[in-house]
Amino acid sequence: MSFISYLVAGISLGSIYAIMALGYTMVYGIAKMLNFAHGDVIMIGSYVVFYAVNSFGLNPFVSIAVSVAVCTLLGIVIEKIAYKPLRKAASLAVLITAIGVSYLLENLALLFFGSDSKAFPDVLGLPALSLAGGRLKIPGITIFTIVCCIIIMAALMSFIKYTKAGQAMLAVSEDKDAAALMGVNVNSTISLTFAIGSGLAAIAGVLLCSQYHVLNPYTGALPGIKAFTAAVFGGIGSIPGAFVGGLLLGIIEDLSSAYISSQLANAIVFGVLIVVLLVKPTGLFGKAIHEKV
Amino acid sequence: MNDKMKKLSPSTTELLKTVLGLVAVYIVITVVSMTGNLSHSMNNILAELCIYAIIAVGLNLCVGFLGELSLGHAGFMSVGAFVSATFTHAMADAIPSLYVRFFIALILGTLCAALAGFLIGIPVLRLNGDYLAIVTLAFGEIIKGLLNVFYVGKDNSGLHFSFVTDNSASLGEGRKMIINGAKGIMGTPHVTNFTIGMVLLIAVLVVVTFLVDSRTGRAIQAIRDNRIAAESVGIPITKFKLIAFMISAGIAGIAGVLYSHYLSTVTASKFDFNMSILVLVFVVLGGLGNFRGSIVSAVILTLLPELLRGLSNYRMLIYSILLIGLMLFNWAPKAIEWRQMHRIKLPWKGKDNASS
Amino acid sequence: MLQVKDLSIQFGGLKAVDGLSMDIADGELYGLIGPNGAGKTTVFNLLTGVYKPTEGTVFLDGKDITGLSTTMINKVGIARTFQNIRLFAELSVLDNVKVGLHNGFSYSTLAGVLRLPSYFRAEKEMNERAMELLSVFGLDTESDTLSSNLPYGAQRKLEIARAIATGPKLLLLDEPAAGMNPNETQELMDTIHFIREKFSLTILLIEHDMRLVSGICERLTVLNFGQELAQGSTKDVLNDPEVVKAYLGE
Repeated sequence: MSFISYLVAGISLGSIYAIMALGYTMVYGIAKMLNFAHGDVIMIGSYVVFYAVNSFGLNPFVSIAVSVAVCTLLGIVIEKIAYKPLRKAASLAVLITAIGVSYLLENLALLFFGSDSKAFPDVLGLPALSLAGGRLKIPGITIFTIVCCIIIMAALMSFIKYTKAGQAMLAVSEDKDAAALMGVNVNSTISLTFAIGSGLAAIAGVLLCSQYHVLNPYTGALPGIKAFTAAVFGGIGSIPGAFVGGLLLGIIEDLSSAYISSQLANAIVFGVLIVVLLVKPTGLFGKAIHEKV
Repeated sequence: MNDKMKKLSPSTTELLKTVLGLVAVYIVITVVSMTGNLSHSMNNILAELCIYAIIAVGLNLCVGFLGELSLGHAGFMSVGAFVSATFTHAMADAIPSLYVRFFIALILGTLCAALAGFLIGIPVLRLNGDYLAIVTLAFGEIIKGLLNVFYVGKDNSGLHFSFVTDNSASLGEGRKMIINGAKGIMGTPHVTNFTIGMVLLIAVLVVVTFLVDSRTGRAIQAIRDNRIAAESVGIPITKFKLIAFMISAGIAGIAGVLYSHYLSTVTASKFDFNMSILVLVFVVLGGLGNFRGSIVSAVILTLLPELLRGLSNYRMLIYSILLIGLMLFNWAPKAIEWRQMHRIKLPWKGKDNASS
Repeated sequence: MLQVKDLSIQFGGLKAVDGLSMDIADGELYGLIGPNGAGKTTVFNLLTGVYKPTEGTVFLDGKDITGLSTTMINKVGIARTFQNIRLFAELSVLDNVKVGLHNGFSYSTLAGVLRLPSYFRAEKEMNERAMELLSVFGLDTESDTLSSNLPYGAQRKLEIARAIATGPKLLLLDEPAAGMNPNETQELMDTIHFIREKFSLTILLIEHDMRLVSGICERLTVLNFGQELAQGSTKDVLNDPEVVKAYLGE
């Protein structure tokens, strides 16, 4: 029974990684950059929910909506100020900037919210599911997380398949210049990608904090890097890849933490990343990219 | 043509200036310190400045000349720190002279860090750009994770290694823990001082400057500027990437050795991602490909929060804004336009040897 | 000296080069022409190992070099220039050529770091050889300039100098006259003749400038949609009605 409960916990953690990985994979696929600050947007989103519920007494779902709005805006602003001017710059410069943005968000949070960890309440307060005559208890938030993840994946995939904006995203990720020639507004498509990714980050943040109940300025950093790992694992640019990569990574992390050593769980997760990149650099669902010579 | 050859090359002239400057600074500070005019905290921080300057120079070789962003240099630093401190503890009886022990520990720590760089470099350097950066970060975290569950104890029968489980209880007569898992290494003798730090800083600076201005250095820079063109003129890419990465990791190892013999206690979690970023800030601010700049910015950025106590809370905030601002100033089309309009040349752009 | 047999490469569903065969004799000046997108640069990328062919073989002096790495292919004697210039932008003009001399001279990394006598000896020779090469292209006065600060035409010449520095038997030039005015093109034609004699090179070039092609190429292959449209002496090929049609469109 304990194996199953670890597995379910792993799937739930993996679902959170998957939602975060979407932000990385979409941005990487379309803007060809690693948005290092994505994990910190998650952290900001969680603080918004925390204060909305605790200080303003808002309904949890309204709070999440507010958080999604704030993060979407934040994503657009970051893109506009820090990343857009560097669209033609060397990738080294873009990555350093993204790291700078990540540090900026963490330190602003430190300044405004303090370094102490906040006890994040289970804002949704869902009842646990009892199975096998009470021997297996699955927390409500775990089930909610998994359901959320599946809905988001399905919604995003239909958005890309059936809307004009989604098709534009696909076109830009294939070939920016060709898309521009065909009348796609590349800049607004990239902005839209950041907006969607950041909005999803807010949801991921609430789910993450509701499960682990801890919130501090560094909450998003490590899960963010792991979610990027999940995106690479699944194949950068691929939405089903982010889903599968996230799930696998979550399961690996939870099981190794349970059966090997909780202190080594991170090292094992990063070990997986390295093995994947060496064996199949394009990930499970990725495509090979040819460099133009 | 011939008399041009007899002159020192421009990079050597620049090196000479920097070394003379460092020696002058050393003499002035030593004199001030001897006359008792230097505060205790300042005296204390001098060695630390050298440590940060050394690792900044090492990382600049990787980022500025090889053109690959490493986010795991703190990991190499921890390899140097842990290997050397373990040696210093383990050989306490065998080699009574502390300085001899430190000297061997220094060589050992440097070599092990370089070896770690080599082993990690083989898989990592096949990747490009962002992937390489994230994998170096991953390796840094793995090294940290492994060291956190690593136990080394000593008793009369020798050294005992253990992984994940604390083995202190199983030790026999004369027991002493050297590496105690997440608690790290305690009670390492304090050897690192300003003089040792400065000597090693100068040595490292000479090595990297000479390296860059050699056949190997040109190959490394060629790979950075254009990998495909470098291949097309017959440069073996992996070999030279590995050489640069190894030397850079070895230099981080030197900084680690100094660090563990500077603080009496070091833990693996000290060498985390934040440390790697801190050094990256030094390198970027001092100018990619500018070793002198790395030294200056490492010193200024370490001293500033010390001098302005009130500022220390905002330290990382200011660094992050500096990073973003510098990148935008360097690359954003509007900033480039503005610079051209006002004829402002970036101090870190354009190499010394190109202007003569 | 260069034999290409049934060379093909497929990207996805598209055959970018389809069954190309060429036989280039020692010391020949051979042209590869065709409309935009015909697959000419892809042929260069196949010959230099940037892409691996899906089918076919390449022989250099009778030795099979198909599938070798780019680095190895340079070592066995093929050097190239690029259509979109690829210099080492942050290095000086002199150092660009010295990178080309990399495999011709040798001293260890340690000798470089410790400044052993072998360093000074090899560096002195490398400098002399590089300056000699630069003077062939009239670039010796610019040796200390940052290569990215050179005017466009000079950058193209520097790329050729760098390629020759590797000591090749076969030189591949990808649109050497692109962006040059008629005077510069004339000068370039003379230079190409000169380097062929001086360094006993075989030259294969891609070019759109028909004045240059008809002026210096001895034989031509015309590519269209990845396939050979015509092959033969320059005069015959340029008068071929099929070729004229491909160039002028229907």
